[in-house]
Amino acid sequence: MSKPIVATTSLAGCFGCHMSILDIDDRILKLIELVEFNKSPINDIKTFTKEVDIGIIEGGCCNSENVEVLKEFRKHCKILISLGECAIMGGLPALRNGIPIEECLHEAYIGGPTVQLNKEKILPNDDELPMLLDKVYPCHEIVKIDYFLPGCPPRADLIWEALVALITGDPMKLPYEVVKFD
Amino acid sequence: MSNLVKFRIDKTECMAEAGKYIVEAAKENGIYIPTLCNMPGVKPQGACRICTVRINNRLMTACTTPIADGMEIEMDIPELNDLRKAIVEMLFVSGNHFCPACEKSGDCELQALAYRYQMFVPRFPYEFPQKEVDASSTRIIKDQNRCIFCKRCIKSVKDEQGRSYFAFRHRGHKLEVVLDKELGMSMSEEKAEQAMQSCPVGSILVKEKGFSKPIGKRKFDHSPIGSDIKL
Repeated sequence: MSKPIVATTSLAGCFGCHMSILDIDDRILKLIELVEFNKSPINDIKTFTKEVDIGIIEGGCCNSENVEVLKEFRKHCKILISLGECAIMGGLPALRNGIPIEECLHEAYIGGPTVQLNKEKILPNDDELPMLLDKVYPCHEIVKIDYFLPGCPPRADLIWEALVALITGDPMKLPYEVVKFD
Repeated sequence: MSNLVKFRIDKTECMAEAGKYIVEAAKENGIYIPTLCNMPGVKPQGACRICTVRINNRLMTACTTPIADGMEIEMDIPELNDLRKAIVEMLFVSGNHFCPACEKSGDCELQALAYRYQMFVPRFPYEFPQKEVDASSTRIIKDQNRCIFCKRCIKSVKDEQGRSYFAFRHRGHKLEVVLDKELGMSMSEEKAEQAMQSCPVGSILVKEKGFSKPIGKRKFDHSPIGSDIKL
């Protein structure tokens, strides 16, 4: 049997969850034996080159590109996992959800106390830039997500246990300390 | 003279003084029934329904129901545990609970219940309501994003004349718990601390006191809520 294939991405996240994947330490050698990585920032493969078994999503959806990447993942992955608070509930980027988008942009580019260079008072308007969404959405409100691993970041042991359980089909061990929201 | 009565919680035979509330009676017998709006020293109100148990096929709140002789109480059963989990999930989606950015994270009872019932994701859609943070008083920050309307602060934090520092304002969807402007200005340090302790979540914070305990040393870092209740 060929190895299961894993893909990962970071949407509106801080890459902390990816750091936590690397935090499995020397078990990463075992992971390489167990799985093959496809599209992922870890190996810098930019596009899907084959169908994937497990897709791991870090971060929620704050702009049109996030939505596109997430839909792409859903299309190519048999199983999708929301990894971390941002993917599950929007996380810190979702702190803007109660503030109108215009006010956010104004604060960031025109009126904020650290804005010094933007003399013409231009808001980013290049066609190449993804459009911001009205609010930050949890991934499961955009596509179907199969599993959720909470934490900020999720503990390395939780990620390891979940991946091994998925690959081997064994039940998952969940000690109290590994499921935390912070 | 004792007026002890016998009752049963799930499969455990228990004994307690007649008339005691089920939550308290269970505690004396080493059984934890989860609570959120209930706190020692304050008249129970049965607001949050987390403590719901089944007696004679009826759902009752264990914090407001007195124990009676021969009572058969169903508590730790899948149906009720799922109901409790659903309440916790509903509280999470109806406010703005950003655990990673909250000063009370690790000491929060709502979060601890979510850990206890292994909430990985709420079954309800997130509401992201628009709420205010009131930092106008001298000692306290009242963050409406995190308030779960348990009334614990209203019922327990009072001045020497018995006036509550906190009160409800508005109704229905606009309901919020606010700090009395005048009383808030003259609040002592001890009262502010008491207010923060009374809050099960991070809605009442003492100013300049966030994140005082490191991760790993907080109340619910290593053991689930309720694990201190044992015989």
